[in-house]
Parts: sequence; structure tokens; C-alpha cells
Amino acid sequence: ETNKLYCTSVKCCIFELKAELNSDKKEKKKEAVKKVIASMTVGKDVSALFPDVVNCMQTDNLELKKLVYLYLMNYAKSQPDMAIMAVNTFVKDCEDPNPLIRALAVRTMGCIRVDKITEYLCEPLRKCLKDEDPYVRKTAAVCVAKLHDINAQLVEDQGFLDTLKDLISDSNPMVVANAVAALSEISESHPNCNLLDLNPQSINKLLTALNECTEWGQIFILDCLANYTPRDDRESQSICERVTPRLSHANSAVVLSAVKVLMKFMEMLPKDLDYYGTLLKKLAPPLVTLLSAEPELQYVALRNINLIVQKRPEILKHEMKVFFVKYNDPIYVKLEKLDIMIRLASQANIAQVLAELKEYATEVDVDFVRKAVRAIGRCAIKVEQSAERCVSTLLDLIQTKVNYVVQEAIVVIKDIFRKYPNKYESVIATLCENLDSLDEPEARAAMIWIVGEYAERIDNADELLESFLEGFHDESTQVTTQQNTQVLHKHTQNTPDSDNPDLRDRGYIYWRLLSTDPVAAKEVVLAEKPLISEETDLIEPTLLEELICHIGSLASVYHKPPNAFVEGSRGVQHKRLPARTASGESAESPDAGQSVGGVSDAPPAVIPSQGDLLGDLLNLDLAPPSASVPVVPASMQMGVDLLGGGLDSLVGLHRPSGSQYLSGDIGGSPIAVGLAGGTGGMPAGLGGTPAMGGGLGDLFDLGGGVGMATGSYVPPKAVWLPAMKAKGLEISGTFARRGGGIHMDLSLTNNAMSIMTDFAIQFNRNSFGLAPAGPLQVLTPLAQNQTIDVSLPLNTNGPIMKMEPLNNLQVAVKNNIDVFYFSCQYPISLLFVEDGKMDRQVFLATWKDIPSENETQYQIKDFHLNSDAASTKLQGSNVFTVAKRTVDAQDLLYQSIKLTNGIWALAELRIQSITPNYMLALKCRAPEVSQYICQCYELLLRN
Amino acid sequence: MIHSLFLINNAGDIFLEKHWKSVISRSVCDYFFEAQEKAMEPDNVPPVIRTPHHYLINIYRDKIFFVSVIQTEVPPLFVIEFLHRVAEMFQDYFGDCSEVAIKDNVVIVYELLEEMLDNGFPLATESNILKELIKPPTILRSMVNSITGSSNVGETLPTGQLSTVPWRRAGVKYTNNEAYFDVVEEIDAILDKSGTTVFAEIQGVIDACVKLSGMPDLTLSFMNPRLLDDVSFHPCVRFKRWESERVLSFIPPDGNFRLMSYHVNAQNLVAIPVYVRQNISFFESGSSGRLDITLGPKQTMGKTVECVVVTVHMPKVVLNANLTATQGNYTYDPVTKILVWDIGKLNQQKLPNLKGSLSLQSGAPKPEENPSLNIDLKIQQLAISGLKVNRLDMYGEKYKPFKGVKYVTKVFR
Repeated sequence: ETNKLYCTSVKCCIFELKAELNSDKKEKKKEAVKKVIASMTVGKDVSALFPDVVNCMQTDNLELKKLVYLYLMNYAKSQPDMAIMAVNTFVKDCEDPNPLIRALAVRTMGCIRVDKITEYLCEPLRKCLKDEDPYVRKTAAVCVAKLHDINAQLVEDQGFLDTLKDLISDSNPMVVANAVAALSEISESHPNCNLLDLNPQSINKLLTALNECTEWGQIFILDCLANYTPRDDRESQSICERVTPRLSHANSAVVLSAVKVLMKFMEMLPKDLDYYGTLLKKLAPPLVTLLSAEPELQYVALRNINLIVQKRPEILKHEMKVFFVKYNDPIYVKLEKLDIMIRLASQANIAQVLAELKEYATEVDVDFVRKAVRAIGRCAIKVEQSAERCVSTLLDLIQTKVNYVVQEAIVVIKDIFRKYPNKYESVIATLCENLDSLDEPEARAAMIWIVGEYAERIDNADELLESFLEGFHDESTQVTTQQNTQVLHKHTQNTPDSDNPDLRDRGYIYWRLLSTDPVAAKEVVLAEKPLISEETDLIEPTLLEELICHIGSLASVYHKPPNAFVEGSRGVQHKRLPARTASGESAESPDAGQSVGGVSDAPPAVIPSQGDLLGDLLNLDLAPPSASVPVVPASMQMGVDLLGGGLDSLVGLHRPSGSQYLSGDIGGSPIAVGLAGGTGGMPAGLGGTPAMGGGLGDLFDLGGGVGMATGSYVPPKAVWLPAMKAKGLEISGTFARRGGGIHMDLSLTNNAMSIMTDFAIQFNRNSFGLAPAGPLQVLTPLAQNQTIDVSLPLNTNGPIMKMEPLNNLQVAVKNNIDVFYFSCQYPISLLFVEDGKMDRQVFLATWKDIPSENETQYQIKDFHLNSDAASTKLQGSNVFTVAKRTVDAQDLLYQSIKLTNGIWALAELRIQSITPNYMLALKCRAPEVSQYICQCYELLLRN
Repeated sequence: MIHSLFLINNAGDIFLEKHWKSVISRSVCDYFFEAQEKAMEPDNVPPVIRTPHHYLINIYRDKIFFVSVIQTEVPPLFVIEFLHRVAEMFQDYFGDCSEVAIKDNVVIVYELLEEMLDNGFPLATESNILKELIKPPTILRSMVNSITGSSNVGETLPTGQLSTVPWRRAGVKYTNNEAYFDVVEEIDAILDKSGTTVFAEIQGVIDACVKLSGMPDLTLSFMNPRLLDDVSFHPCVRFKRWESERVLSFIPPDGNFRLMSYHVNAQNLVAIPVYVRQNISFFESGSSGRLDITLGPKQTMGKTVECVVVTVHMPKVVLNANLTATQGNYTYDPVTKILVWDIGKLNQQKLPNLKGSLSLQSGAPKPEENPSLNIDLKIQQLAISGLKVNRLDMYGEKYKPFKGVKYVTKVFR
């Protein structure tokens, strides 16, 4: 029974199989190999049979050969010496007249991840890359990627990358597609070298191949096209025209990749162009079609549609109905659809949407129901005309008395009250009826807010708040802060004796405020609340732009940029949508070119040839190149914009010292509390949008008055390598940033008795990929007691590995005597780039977007320098002041910094004229660097 | 690209694994099991799961989870599409895609997976090409093979691999040359109480079974191609000609394939083939209610409506139903609260009716909402959108093929 290969007992197998494998009969051999493979597939260890299986390899039976290859690929790694036995057959097979066998051999060899085998692979691979048969060429193209994964250096040294690039202009579309795929994969681990050199000619070739290759090839080519930045709108349009047919492809991945290309290139088209409108219309149907596919595909499509709808709502504005939830949709599809429904909700379709949402709120799944209830609230806030209907729908839902529905409804009603103050207070009575059933902190907090807010309209408000106070000590912070604020509203004095310091302080502040100046207190606490903003969960524009460039990728599913900072060994470049360039205008767009294509730099300089020895000795990085997934900042939910900028000026008038706390509190929402506690009120000023910020706009009046850059700070030279440790060679050095480049300035001193020659230098992998941009130029031999100063230009294209501390750099220096190792630390300001000045609006949005956990506070003590001088000083080292404002005799500088790897850090520097201490608050998506930036601030300011 | 694949059954056993690069330990699946536990139902397992070092992208088909492991940034749709292709290929090769079938054919499965991906890049995913490389198992073949010692792996390069028509194998020969096209439309519609359409769309596909010798070049034209504005095609369809002339011009794959799928959602174009008069009421006093449902044909263009099944999800308080049907049978499951009325063919003269009383849990408050009705049905010889094939022409070959077009409309949820 040949089909029953599924042997269940291991013991019986090995021995019997060994005998069968060595049988003379071909048929028996084959069956035995099949059984071995069957055991292997289910995870049984049959590696003991290695020599016996490899013996079956030399056969002209293709099936047997394939089976043996399958086995080899699985076990070669564990038996490298045995695997060598197979090499000869491979090399021979690569010369076989049958292209199928040639391809199979080169394909299998690439899968055997044994170093010794890879050496033998080079020659056959080189031949196969130039094979007359396209099937062999396309297989060989993929093999280059495999080899690169095993030994990147080898691939570069052997010139395979160039051959691969040549294959992009191959006559066979499948070969082109595979070459593109291989190059894309390789460039992922080489973010800085521009492997896919896209120019109009190569683009044309790709577009031709696009029409003729398989669906998978089309995906590779489209994803590659998306990295290109057309020179002008004409080129952009012509590419779009050639890509649009892909929208009708049956493979949804092809469709989505085409959508990505179009969404990106559309950005360059003038809006008044007829074609622009045509293109917009063409985008809707394929997106709708994606929603009739299998649920897993729908999910990914919906996550992407969510981005598309935010970027270009016009595309799908008439397609609301396709996002209606079907009862048999999996929950993950339901939740996504709901999100998009809210985004698309408008006055025109709100009635329909509400009817649907009400329906959903009676379903079974708790998560879904909650989200549906929230969605009703969001509709009310988004579409003013519907608010009344929403409120009555919510009231209906409260009547159902389903506990979690009631709680959710109360939370959203609070938001509606905030958006439309004094409009719907008639419903308060109904809400109060449900007071007892509230057991979730958020709902309780919301209810307390409502009671406090409308205290004079509720007869027994005192009693109600009193009842909440009973459980004061048991409540979560969210509820208690809310209680505190609201109890104050009622001017019910509450002696603060809580254990939570934040809470207690806030209580004291209120208390003192009340006891000293009740009028001021009233003014402060009962001040007009800032309005709730319409759409609170929009993705920040810069992030959205980046995500649009990543449509169809994992980044688009998680709505997070594919930042592979430090942790990840593979850097990822930030992508940006291209700026519109008309055909007449100059095609210069260095910025876009760089961000998309990557810097085309010479590969990191290698040690001069005689220094080969060093290459081996310098085995600093033993860790294998582990490909870890990009690490993205954990939580990125946007805090609801509740904090009013207008308030703190009011507060400031009365009570300078308390203003920091108060401005945070007055927002009056639970979310406000979280921010105020951690950040000392600073984002309060920034959080308010200019309109409600009460002239916040003119506080940002820094203009160009920053003054000239004075050059960046260079620390004094320090001895890195004492002569004792290096057979008489002493090295001292420092780092400097000059003219936009990074330099390592070294002094080499010869304290030995003989002359030194043949200097070379190499860095270990480090956190920011610092690497020498050229060889160490020590032209003349270094005589006894002579000192020579060398400046070594550096770049940041080297391999990346997280160091501890982050700014640590391990260096190896070689001369004619020996190799010496030392490590040094560079100030992170070395990496602050010149284009690090962020736009104000972007700054505001980004500041809000970075969660408060990522904020670091730092104090610079005993420092006397006014804000302008500080600003000028910092600017010299590429710390740019975006805005400045003055509140109560303290200057607040808002500053932005960009690191060489594209990470932004935002800072608020508070300079008080009274005390000599500076306060620095720093926000960064990669909080690991914050500490080092803070140190740099101190360093920069003091020097 | 795709790094590894694990096949996992409902009980949580990993019964097959395949690695296209280095071997990844099965322990990576623990993250999947965690998500599976959280999801409660297999259908609700999120398709993309993030783990510290990998992403797991999975689909759930035929009671099997296909879990793929990804290490670098790969388009998730790419992976999901590929996994579906794998499932389809199993179905195609073994007749069904079940754990038993996969275990019985484990070596072929392994060979197939090896042929479908190389280093994580798709290699051959067209059934036509794979079947040339690896012959599907048949009882006859395994018998013949064991006698003659021949193998089920093709010795030559599949001809389609590199031609410009990679989906078609060369040298196809049939004695009876035939081409059949099934136009299958499914209506998805929501009607409100009064019978007005709230939402309606038609999801249509044209499935083809083409058994023609040589390299036939076909052209299929429609009477009313304007209906089709949202379409997706099999790669064989020449898009240029569709754009310019609204005809489907293609060299077909050999055998069964989906030529195109389309979507009609303009409300006025969607005719609902039946109407329903329903009255379900619950009495304020006493623990009972009444139910009265009548179905009638509407806009069926003279075709018979078949396989009509009405499903009603009753409110929780309905304990039992005591009804009489003028046609067909009804069942009420008091546990799931689902009433199913299987009508069968819809009679034009005598409209089927289901009528009677419902007994409710005593003392419970009267249900607020009326239960919703689901109706499944099928109409042969009719594409409800009105889509009609005009003609099928063949070029490139001399023989006269037999051609057939079949239309079916379905309403199923």
C-alpha cells in the first residue's frame, strides 16, 4: 500500500529503512526514501539515515533525485561533513543537458546552508546566471538571494549583485520578476545601498515585464515600482496608465500592490487634470471587490482601506453599504468594518449608518457591541445634524439595561455633552437612574463628570457625588481624579488624604486655591471647557503618508511605520509620498530621491588588500545576522485632544506655581489626567489647537531670529588607546561633525622603538551603523616619538547592532606590528543631521502622537544662559528651535532633532529666569535614545 | 518571503511542517495557539499574528489552519493568496483538502510544496503546470507505477513555465472538444419589513470547463457587457481588448478555472426574485405569539425558483412553534432558536404559506424586535443581473468545439 506512508512508530522505522535504502532494487529504494521523507515531514528525526539517503542521490530517476534533495535540504545543516559528499553530484548536475536538472541542482545547493558547500556553489551559480535557458536563469536569480542570506560578503565579492542587476533587462519577464524579487530581498538587509537603481529606462523594462509575468512576479514588480519617484507628472501619469489594468487582476495581492503604486503616484498629478478624476473613479471598484473575497483577505484589505479612506475619502464615499457588517463575518472583519463606517459617515448617509449601528448594538459579541455603541457616539460628534438622533438611540440602548451597553453609552454621552454643551441635559435624569449599575472605572468617571458638570441642574448632585466618595480609596486613579475635580466643582471641600501623591497634590492645590482665593478658584475650575475635537483617532499626517507608501505591507496592517530601530538588524528607510513636480519644472528633487531610492554610496570601505589578516582577526561580531522583525513603538493610540491652551494663560495670571498642574486638570476628562500626571502640564499648551488656544498661534513667534550656526560642539581629544596596551602606539581622538559629515579625528603617537607603517582601521557593528567612509590615511611611516593627526571621514551605512551603551563604538586598528582593539563613546549629537528642523504643525501633531510613556524628564542644574543664547548654541549642533513662547517669566523652547537614521526627537526646554535650572522634557518614538540626547543637551549647553 | 508552513488541525496538532529556508522550531506556533484560545471560535482567529521575532499569517480552510511564518516585511495578502492556492491545490490533487487526505499523500504534499515555493518565492502555482511536474495520485497510476517502476514526477520541463501563456500546458489533446461556461450569480440583499430593498448586490462568477486540443484562442462576448463595471479576471484574459471592445479574449488554461468574477451593486439593477409577506407578532398578555409567512415569485422571467429555504432566528423567549405549512416541511430547534422551513420549488399557482402559533416562556417580557428572515433559493437558467453570453468564437485551431453556457442564480448566506 504505497499511499500509507504515515508510519507512527519511530523505533521500527530507522532500522528497517536503513536496510531498504541500501537495497539493490530501485523501486524499493524509492519507496524507502519516500518513507524517510514522510517521517521527516511530521517532524520525526531521521537524520541518522543521512549517509544512506545521500547514497541514493546519484540516479537518473528524477523523482528519486528530488526526494533525496528534499532530505538533504532538511538535514545538511546538522551534518555538514556528510553534506560535502553531495557536492560532486550537484556540480555535475549543473552541467546536465536537461535544464530542469540544472535548475534543480542550483536551486537545491542554495538551500543547503553549509559554508563549505557555498564555496563550491559560486562557479555553477555564475554559469547558471548566464544559462541559455530562462528557467535556469530565473532559478539562479533566486539562488543569489539565498546565498546572500548565508554569506553576504561572498555574494558581493563574487560580483553576483551586478549580474543580478543585469538580469533586470533580461528578455524573459519571469527572469526579470525573479531578479527584482531577489534584489528587493537583498536590499532589505542593506537599506543604504541602492541595489535597485531605478531610472526611466529600467522602469520601462519593468512595466513591459509586468504585463507578461506571473501574478507573483507582478507583485514583486509593482512593489518595486512603488519605490520609484517619477521625474514629473507626465511620467507619473504614464506609469499609472500602465499599472491600472492590474486593478482587474484576480489575485488580490496584485490589486493592492497596484493600488499602492497609484495612490503614491497620484500625489504628483495636478488635481485639475482629467486623468486624475478618472483614476479616482477607477480605484473604488477593485477595493469593493476585495471585500467579497475570503475573510482573511478582507481583513488585510480593510486595514488598508482604512488608510486610503483617511488619505482620500472621496474614493469610497459612495460605497458605505459594502462596509455594513454581515452576521457571519468573523469578529476581526466586523471591527474593521465598523471603523471604516465611522470614517465614511457623513450627513448624506448618517440615517442608514445609525440604523445599522443600532442593530449591531443588540448583537451577542461584547467587544463588537461596545465598539458599535462607541461608534454611535462618534457619529454624533462627527455629524452635528445627527447628534440628536444619536442621543436618542443611545437612550434606547440604555433602556435595554444590558450592563456593558449602558456603561459604554454613558461614556460616549459624556463626550457628546462635551462637544455640544448644554444641549442634551434633558437626558441626565435617565443617566442618573443607572448610577448603581456602573462598575467600570471609565463609566464611573464619565458619570461623575456629568454630575459635576451639570450640578446645578441635578437636585441631589451633592448626594450623588457623596455616594461616589464613599468608595474613594478603592477607586482607580481615573475615577478619583475625576471625583476630585468634580467634587471641587460642587465646592465641597474635601480634605486630601489619599495615598497617591499625584492625587494628593492635586487635592491640596485645589484646597489651597479654594481657601485663599475662592473667586479665582471658581474661575479656574469652572472655566469654559475646550471643545472635543471631531475626529480623534486620525493617524498623524506624516505617519499616514508613510503608511500610504507601505500599502499592502505588514506596516499597513499594524498602522505603524516599519521602523527597524536599533533592535532590528535591518534598517528601514522612511518613505514619503512624492511632491508634485510639473513636467516643466526642474526635476531636481534630492529629498524625495534620497528617501525613496536610498543613498547611493560606495559600499563601506574595506581594509586595504594587504590587511586581509585583519579581516579574519577582527572577528568582533560573532553573532549571526539574526533577522528580527522590525520593532515598532508599542502603543500609539492618540490621546484625545482635550487640553485647552487657552486655559493656562488664565491660570497663570493667578497662580504661577500651580499652573503646571492645573492646566492639565481642567480638561476635565479622564484622559487629561494621565497626561498631566506624567508630563508636568507641558503638552497642555501644545495640545490645544490654535483656534481654541486663545492666541496660542502668536506665541509661536520665533521666526528666523535664531542667529547663525556657530558650528557643532567637539569634545576635547581623549586617550582611547594607551601606549602600554598597544605596543607603543598611543591613540587619542574625538568625534566632530563638520560640513554635514561625520569625522573621527585621531592623533597617533609612536612611543615604540621602531617605525610603524600599514595603518588600517575597522569598526565593529554599532547602534547607528557608523563605518569609515574611506581608508585611514596615514601616508608616511610613523617614526619614533612622532605624532600624526588624521581625520577619518565616517558614514552611517555600516551594519547595525545595538550596543550597550548605545553610543559605544568598538574599533580595531592595525599596523605592521599587531592589531589593537579599543572602544570609545561618541556624543550622540554627532548624529544630529542638518535637516532636523520640523514644521510647527508637524511638531504639534507628532508631540501629541508620541505616547507619554516615551517622555523623559531631565534637569540641567546651575546653568545661567538666556534662552536665545541657549537656542543659538544648540542650533550649532543641529538642535533646532521650532517655536518659543514665554509664560510667567519662563521661556519654553520647542526643539526638534533628527538622527541620521531618521529618528526624530522632540524636546521642550524650560528656562526659568528665577532659578538657574533648566528643565528638559524629551519625547521620542525610540525612547532608548532619550537618555543620550539628554546628556548631549547638557554637554552642548555647557560648552 | 514565506519562511515556513505549519498545518494544524482543530485539536491543535501540528501534522505537517515545511521550511523553505532554515528550520524554525514548532514552538513558534505557541503564539498561534494562544491567539486561537483567545478567539474561542476557529473562524475568529486573527489572520496576522505578531510574535517577537516572526509574523504568523494564517488561513482557516476545511478545518485546517494553514499557518505560515514570516520573518521579513512581506505583503500579507501575498501570503494569504498563496495559502489559499495551497489549499486549492490539495483539493485539486486529492479530491478534498482534509487532514486524512494530506496525511495519506504526505510525500506528494511535500513535493508539491517544494515545487510551489523556492526560498519563499512562488515558483509554480498553476495547477496545469504542477500536474505536469507531479502527477496527481490515482489508484490506476499507483498500480501501474508499481508494476512498471515509472514515477509520478515529470522528467521534462513543464512547457508552460516560461511561455507567455504559463497557465496552459502544451500538447493538449481531446477527442471531444468542448467548452462549458457557468454563469453563477449570488444575490446578497437585505429587505426591510415592508419589502423595500435596503441593500442588494450581486456577486457573479463565470466558471469555465474547457477541454480543447492545441492552443485555442477564444473570444467570449456578451449581449450586455455594460452591466459589468467591477470585474476581476483570470490572468489569461487580455485586458486591453476588454477595455477597448468589451469582449473576453483569452487562451484558456486546460480544465476547470474561474474566468472572471464580477460585482453588480447598482441597486436598481438588482431584481429580487421573490417577495415575502410576513407577520410575526407576540402578544402582550399571555405567553404566545403568531406567525404567518407567505412567499411568492417575482421577476423570475418565467423560470422556476427552487431549493427555497426560509430560516428564522427566533427571540430567546420562544419555546416552541406549532405551525402548519401548505408546502414543504418545517423544523424548530428550541436550543438554537432557529426555525427552518424547507419549501423546495416555488409554486406559481399556490403560494406556500406557513402559519400557526408560537409558545413563549411565561412571564418573560415580550420581545421587542421582530425576528429577521433569511431566505435561500436557487434559479436555474437565469442570471438575475440579466447578463447574457452572446457568442463564443474560437481561433487558432481548426476543429469545431461543442460549446455550452449555463446560468444559475443563488441566494445563500
